[in-house]
Amino acid sequence: MSVIIPPPQRRKPLPTFQASAKEALADTQLRRNLYKATHTIRAKRAQVVGEMPDWQELREAGRALKERVLRHLDTYLLQLEEAVQRAGGQVHWARDAQEANAIVTQIVTEHEAREVIKVKSLTTDEIHLNQALATHGISAVETDLAELIIQLAGESSSHILVPAIHKNRSEIRELFLRTLEVDNLTDNPRELANAARLHLRRKFLSTPVAISGANFAVAETGTVCVVESEGNGRMCVTLPRVLISVMGIEKVIPAWQDLEVFLQLLPRSSTGERMNPYTSLWTGVREGDGPQEFHLVLLDNGRTRVLADTVGRQTLNCIRCSACLNICPVYERVGGHAYNSVYPGPIGAILTPQLLGVENASSLPYASSLCGACYEVCPVKINIPEVLLYLRGRVVDYKQHHNALLNRVNPESVAMKLMARTFASRQLYEQAQKMAQLGQLPFRHGGVIDTLPGPLGRWTAMRDLSPVPRQSFRDWWRARQTTREGMNEATHQPSAETGKEGQL
Amino acid sequence: MSAASTAREEMLRRIRAALSDVPTGEQPEEVVVARDYRHSEAVNHEEVVERFAERVAEYKVDVQRVEEAALAQAVAATCASHSVRRLVIPVDIPEFWLLPDVEPLRDENTLTYEQLDTSDGVLTGCALGIAQTGTIILDGGRHQGRRVITLLPDYHLCVVYEDQIVNLVPEAIARLDDAVHHYRRPVTFISGPSATSDIELNRVEGVHGPRTLNVLVVRRASRSHP
Repeated sequence: MSVIIPPPQRRKPLPTFQASAKEALADTQLRRNLYKATHTIRAKRAQVVGEMPDWQELREAGRALKERVLRHLDTYLLQLEEAVQRAGGQVHWARDAQEANAIVTQIVTEHEAREVIKVKSLTTDEIHLNQALATHGISAVETDLAELIIQLAGESSSHILVPAIHKNRSEIRELFLRTLEVDNLTDNPRELANAARLHLRRKFLSTPVAISGANFAVAETGTVCVVESEGNGRMCVTLPRVLISVMGIEKVIPAWQDLEVFLQLLPRSSTGERMNPYTSLWTGVREGDGPQEFHLVLLDNGRTRVLADTVGRQTLNCIRCSACLNICPVYERVGGHAYNSVYPGPIGAILTPQLLGVENASSLPYASSLCGACYEVCPVKINIPEVLLYLRGRVVDYKQHHNALLNRVNPESVAMKLMARTFASRQLYEQAQKMAQLGQLPFRHGGVIDTLPGPLGRWTAMRDLSPVPRQSFRDWWRARQTTREGMNEATHQPSAETGKEGQL
Repeated sequence: MSAASTAREEMLRRIRAALSDVPTGEQPEEVVVARDYRHSEAVNHEEVVERFAERVAEYKVDVQRVEEAALAQAVAATCASHSVRRLVIPVDIPEFWLLPDVEPLRDENTLTYEQLDTSDGVLTGCALGIAQTGTIILDGGRHQGRRVITLLPDYHLCVVYEDQIVNLVPEAIARLDDAVHHYRRPVTFISGPSATSDIELNRVEGVHGPRTLNVLVVRRASRSHP
């Protein structure tokens, strides 16, 4: 199997999440922006999900449909290919980013276009299509408002759905004043949106080639679906002569009927609306209506590696709604850039290490408190905490396998081995307890342990530790038995002292 | 073998290798999909129509309910209140939808983007409405024209007959089956005017698509125009 599916490329590993998170946490403006945005969207989502008595049934159907697709992905992709071709479209297969970029560049070049318009697409961000086009002298104009904002600012996305979530209105106003040809502009969101409308109008009317992603593609009919709000998506899939859609292979769904599930799950989970303003569904090309040339690029780029992993496979269920980002207490504080990937938040913490290889993103599976909120809101029931834990295991395996010697003397691994031995033996465990009772005395202040020495100090830097109680449960139990035997009269209650301090 | 067919064959090989845990001979239908969600609800149609009108209005859309006999008047009045004079219409819009005081720009796939962009608005019918989500669906069928005419004009007036309104999303998907399977028509779901939440997640109506959407919910006269 490993022969057929290539291992991840060796690359410069991503900066660690912990280091990037530290920087992000220092930015108080960022934290304010994120707090406001995530709490707004959480409330909206909760309301529209709450009004659906059959939400859990829809989630289960969505999950099951994705399972069906993934277990038979070859069948569905071939069916999709045939249906798209039958409807007058062309289908291309791309093993990796480079291949996909080459395909798109060639189509654009054949039409002698120097400029293309783009619908917001994570997949094209993932393969760095804009940069690839730029090296051939083709400029890609992002038409989604948030994508436009970050393109003008020369930044990268920090949220799946709202790439500029880290910017507030006055920051956007300043950016527009600097980069668009506008004079008078307040920070009223309506005025800001209008400035973008005017800026992009000419381009929509005159650009001959558009590039989009795809939210869903129906194998049965060859129908491709783009879900959006602003109308920039409709402009791109309707006005130009040529349309190129790049989709990850996992985006295929079996049948037209299945949209009844996903078109309910996605908008409510994503923007917290009953339905998003615009959903475009097109089937190949149609004479006299819309683009007369349609290309669908099917992208692997690491996805078959995710597919091969029976625990990680569920990650490919993702419909990119971003509910897991919005609910995540970690994301809410650090924002998207700390994840150093186009896929931030909980879903990114499991998807990125699988796409790039755990050795290239080994800190991401730890970018979580494992609270489980992401699993609860996921509309296709991806068990993110399960995959996080599993990937942590793979990170440890990798480190042990690749740094065998170094690892034997690594204090954490030595401590873990000692701990395992201690916990496995009653005698050792009780001895350790006694030692801890005595050893903790210098660090105990006001009923808690608040500073530990050496590397253990990293734990107490963030939180207090409960001390080992003076009398352990085992001691209490033994004392109780002895008393019972002696006096034949039970003392039912542990002493007030031990009762307050805890158990064990 | 060309590079293109190599990529295709290799991706299929990778996928099959990745799925070595799936028993040979398993059919896709054997992966059980329970469709236990609502496919319909026991509500009378008047309630469905009322809900549709309410939910469309929640997207800041002006919704009016009218009798078919008063449709032309309603169209004229609505256009007048939005200063719409030059109104784009698909070729098959019935004469009785219009009064002489609007100037129709009939689109026989002939209007240029420029003409559409500078028009005052567009009038269309629709394929379906969904009450649950306040959605209007266009499929390029009767009274709807091609996609671009409802995209470039800044004002869209949409006529929805009461009998075109379904209650739930699954009902709408089922009704569109023929249009997609058989006719491969492009389908557009419209829920309110174009909008964005990209600035601090505040919803702002009106970006690239029509900034104003008006809906007329029409009760068909009993001896009806089909």
